[in-house]
Amino acid sequence: MKTPLAIATILTLGTAVALAGEAQVKLKEAPGVEKVRANCVACHSLDYIPLNSPFLDQKGWEAVVAKMTKAFGAPIKAEDAAPIADYLASNYGKK
Amino acid sequence: MINRRRFLASLSVPALSLPSLKVVAAVPWQPAELPSGAADTGILEGLAGKVPLIKRSYRPPNFETPIDYFRDPITPNNAFFVRYHLAGIPVVDAKAWRLKVSGDAAGRTLEYDLAQLKREFEMAEIVAVCQCSGNRRGLFEPHVQGVEWGVGAMGNARWKGIRLRDVLNKAGVGKDAVEVAFNGADGPAMPGTPDFVKSLPVDKALHEHTLIAFEMNGKPLPHWNGFPARLIVPGWTGTYWMKHLTEIDVRTKPFSEFWMNPAYRIPAGVFPSVDRFPTQETKANQPITDIVVNSLVTSIHDGHKAKLGQVLDVAGVAWDGGRGIRDVEVSADGGQSWYLARLGKDLGPYSFRTFSHKFRPKEAGSLVVMVRAFNTRGDTQVSKLLHNPAGYHHNVIPRIRVEVLA
Repeated sequence: MKTPLAIATILTLGTAVALAGEAQVKLKEAPGVEKVRANCVACHSLDYIPLNSPFLDQKGWEAVVAKMTKAFGAPIKAEDAAPIADYLASNYGKK
Repeated sequence: MINRRRFLASLSVPALSLPSLKVVAAVPWQPAELPSGAADTGILEGLAGKVPLIKRSYRPPNFETPIDYFRDPITPNNAFFVRYHLAGIPVVDAKAWRLKVSGDAAGRTLEYDLAQLKREFEMAEIVAVCQCSGNRRGLFEPHVQGVEWGVGAMGNARWKGIRLRDVLNKAGVGKDAVEVAFNGADGPAMPGTPDFVKSLPVDKALHEHTLIAFEMNGKPLPHWNGFPARLIVPGWTGTYWMKHLTEIDVRTKPFSEFWMNPAYRIPAGVFPSVDRFPTQETKANQPITDIVVNSLVTSIHDGHKAKLGQVLDVAGVAWDGGRGIRDVEVSADGGQSWYLARLGKDLGPYSFRTFSHKFRPKEAGSLVVMVRAFNTRGDTQVSKLLHNPAGYHHNVIPRIRVEVLA
């Protein structure tokens, strides 16, 4: 019903307190991690990734990336979807 | 477990200059069933105005109430869980805040400020459990994706505000109205992300216990719990309890955006006792509605060590979707025999009901404590998880192993 722009301009005293703890979240350094940081962090903190581990397999993480793109409108480039899912499955996937 | 506790205890919690921080434990108790990644990242963290809670995610903030707070039937405001879907969370200025009521099935459009609402409508109060639909998702086996909550994505409070139906009747609810939709001031970080909007069937919106609340336990709503006004939908899961409420839309058509469908769905027929929501039902699934009967043991945890000859107290809280708790039964022999627990004060059918069953184990060794609550309709908890893709309605009877030491 409302656009993000409208939200920013109405009835606010500012945005909620920034959460310092978020800076402590460290993802595993491995190929693809930069793409994950660049594409995921705009909408949510990166702790969502370890939170959902390690029980999703490759297909499971691919489905998550597809959900973020299709249902949540994450502007992930088509060529980045696979490397992101691969990183998640290799580092936070079901063993 | 001990190693993990030591490890977590060694992590420093950032120093926040917040008043009256009360740490319940250095490390929170968490269910053993959680995914290991969730357990490892579920550290106690401060959020402005809150005691340290179990952090599930920083942004959007999802913070869980540590179990010790459920020893009391009312959950303190500063320990009440926090759940957001979207990261655009404004700090609302109460003076500038407005509530708009409109829609194609509304007789007219109305707009109120906070003072007008409080002045023009009769105040009402109710004690009710607010439980996230996904509470205990982390206990699902196999695990399902989402916020991996333990047992604390819930709380019970005394809510005070005005009846939604009084506001709706002032605007006029047309005979052709099928649903009433609600929006809050929070929104997405990206333009393509669906705004969090929820709808209720007209009869639930017009129910005398459905409130627009301004207060929680005698104080203004905390920011993180929906200041300055939120919807209270007693008996139904937290997804309908819109925070920072700004818009009410009386509709001739079902609201069909993302957060109603496909989100927040349970498979058709799996939970036969729950309330219907006919305008939203499909052949395959239906929206989650009311809370299934459940209980939580707070006095002991799995692996508890008791001493022979001493009293063992199996205590906790029980609740359901508003029929009210009739009985809580406790077994100390793995479910062969059951005893009625003593129930605490009745704070109303939507509230937590405390229970306690005290006994002296007769011999040393291992025993399995189980607890099951019954509501006034006779519904009880399940022995085996009713698995569903979104991880809702976990009300499995627990098996708590106790070792009685001579």
